[in-house]
Parts: sequence; structure tokens; C-alpha cells
Amino acid sequence: MVVRCEDVWREVSNYLDGEVDSGLRAAIEEHVRGCKRCTAVVDGTRNVVQIYGDERMVEVPLGFSRRLHQRLEENMPRTRRSFFGWMVAAAAAILLAGGFEVARSSVPRRPGLRSAHARSSSHVPPDMMVVAAETGKIFHVAGCPFILDKSNLRTIPARQAEKEGYTPCVRCMKKYLDADAIAQSQYGTLDELADSKGTDRPLQI
Amino acid sequence: MVAGVGSLENPARQDYEQRLIQRVLDGEHEAFYELIRPYERRVYAAAFALLRNEADADDCAQEAVLKAFKNIRQFRAEAKFSTWLIQIAVNEARMRRRKERADLLEPIEKEDETGSYTPRDFADWREIPSEVLERKEVREKLAEALNSIGQIYREVFMLRDMEQLSIEETANALGITAASVKTRLLRARLMLRDLLAPGLNGAWSTKLSFAKGTKPW
Repeated sequence: MVVRCEDVWREVSNYLDGEVDSGLRAAIEEHVRGCKRCTAVVDGTRNVVQIYGDERMVEVPLGFSRRLHQRLEENMPRTRRSFFGWMVAAAAAILLAGGFEVARSSVPRRPGLRSAHARSSSHVPPDMMVVAAETGKIFHVAGCPFILDKSNLRTIPARQAEKEGYTPCVRCMKKYLDADAIAQSQYGTLDELADSKGTDRPLQI
Repeated sequence: MVAGVGSLENPARQDYEQRLIQRVLDGEHEAFYELIRPYERRVYAAAFALLRNEADADDCAQEAVLKAFKNIRQFRAEAKFSTWLIQIAVNEARMRRRKERADLLEPIEKEDETGSYTPRDFADWREIPSEVLERKEVREKLAEALNSIGQIYREVFMLRDMEQLSIEETANALGITAASVKTRLLRARLMLRDLLAPGLNGAWSTKLSFAKGTKPW
């Protein structure tokens, strides 16, 4: 195949892109070897492609990326999840709350303590028989000197006393109580307890 | 435009991008930053090549990326994300040009479908010194040359030779046939060669024919 200068000029772009068949490619290369003008055209065109394809050709302005990200951020929805994502999260939360509620309902509830300041102790043997005044808030070992109201004493198991909201005496039940509970008691010492005459005040936290 | 473009657009990259897109669709919007990171420069370059103004290109590129984010659901996986993104930038730049009526200021290029073009200059231009692009005045002359060719040629040349899009991708982005892409590309390359060969051959400091406003076509 023989090509002329005009053929080279017409096909130079396809030639550089590898879009010509092998026969035409060989013919162009044969022609260019002997043609100074076509050599200049092919070399120059190749240089144009190469030089404009260089990433240094366009200088991106300083801060372009930062401005771009800022604009995106300003226009992105605040929510991080899709509607579906939020529905899944909401459903999970409901299930979790339901699970807690079921778990709570399976555990026997105790009534509220008779004193707002008191905390119950779970270390008193539940079958231990204790005494408690009808109008009091504390249960004791029978014979405890700190039973202030002895008129309407009932003898009941500690389990029942706790269930009814009584709390153990810090004196006679001391060995069953948490050290922490005693420390937080409204009456930090037995002397203070002794000073609280006439009232069966909560000794437990 | 970007060195190593091929490595960025291999199948593994496309799979990775598809996963990023899915994360964005699932509401993890931060994944979009990672998705566009390799293409930020290319979006700006596309806008700059068409608008020829730094501030306009900056704003246009931002708008294009924002539109890509807002319309990410419309992206179809059969195309490359980069091509889709560049296409949005080209459309945005075209719209701005129309709005500013900039197209009216340019001579209407009558396309020669035969593709014939006779080079005007046969100056020898065998080598490009690797450091030539480091010189700002050289980059400015290259930009000036690019700006002096018609819009229809500049668009094709920018997408094909600067953005490294394929013939088919360029045709799809511009809404023209592959044959038209090839014809316009040939003319763009030869026109730029005619403009630049004398300068890059050593005469740029004293003689720049296109800088004097004399176009050989």
C-alpha cells in the first residue's frame, strides 16, 4: 500500500490513537520515513497530544478542593441515614425497649420503700423472722433496743418485711448490711441514732 | 489529564466506586468525598477548558459535583462514574456559556465532515523538553492556543486528549457521532500543532503567530 502526504494528514489522528489497521500503519510509517514534512506533522501532533495530556497543563486554583468540600457539606442533608436506615434503627430501639420491659415484668416487684431516704438490703436472710411496727419503717431482730414503737409489732419473715417496704435496722441487722449503705445512712453513727428520740426514723439508706 | 488514569479506572476501581455509590445511596454521604477525590482535578480542568476563566471554572466545577451528588441515583453502572461526572461538568459549562451568550462572541465553526485539513506549518518539532510545562508562560501559551480554536473542536480535544475519554465516551458526552468526534479531533490536533510547533521549536520567546491574532484557518 502506498500513501501520499494528504493520506497521512487525514489519518494522523487515527494513527496516533491506534485506530488504523496494520497495513495502513505500515504504509504511513514507510511514507513518514522518507518525508520531512509528514515527519514534522506526525511528531508535532504526537507532541500536542502528549503535552496537553500532562496533568501540569491545568493548574488547579489554591483551595479548590476545600471550597468544593465546603459547598458539598453545606448542601448535604444533615441526616446520616436514609429513611430505611432510620426505620431499621427505630425498630431496633422499640424491640430493645420491649425486651427490657419483658425482662422487668418477669422479676417480682417490690413495693416502694416506706422511706424515701431508705435503700433496701438484700443480705438479710429472707426466712429470718423479724419484727416491725405497723406504723414504722424499720424491721428489727426481736429485742433490739432500737425498736422505738413497740405497740403494734408484728413478727414476720424478713422477705415479707422487705416486700412491704420495711428496711433493716442498722443496729441489729448491721452484719447483714452493706458498709456503703451504712455510710450513706441519714444517721452516720449510732450516737446520732440515739439522739433521734421518739421517732422510728429511717436508719437505712 | 491525570497521570495513571488507566489505573484509576480499572475494574477493581469501578467495583470500589460502585460500593461507594451504594454507601452514599444508603445515607452515608461522606463516602461521596472519597468517590470524587480522584476526579476533582479533572472536573475543574474540563470546566476551565470550556469556560477559559479560573473563577468561572471553579464555580462551575463545584456546581457540577454538587449536581452529581444530588443526582447520584440517576447514575447507571454501565458507564464509568468519571465519564458521567465529566459529562455533567461539560453540560454545566455549556449552560453557563449559553447564559452568558459567550458562544455568540466566537465565530461559528462550520464543520468539515470530510476531515481534510492541510497543515500550514511544517516546522520540525521532535522533542518536548520535559521541563517545558514547569514554565508558567508556556502553560499560558498552551492555554491561549487551546482557547483560540473553535468551541466544537475544543470540547472534543479536551474530553479526548485532556480527560482521556474514549471516542465513544466523548461522543456520548457531547451527543455527537463517533465519526464526528474523530473528524473534530483530527482538526483540533492539527490546528494546535500548527499554532505550537513554531513556538515549541524554540521561537516562543520572540515569535508567536497566534498571539498576534493571526489564525491560519
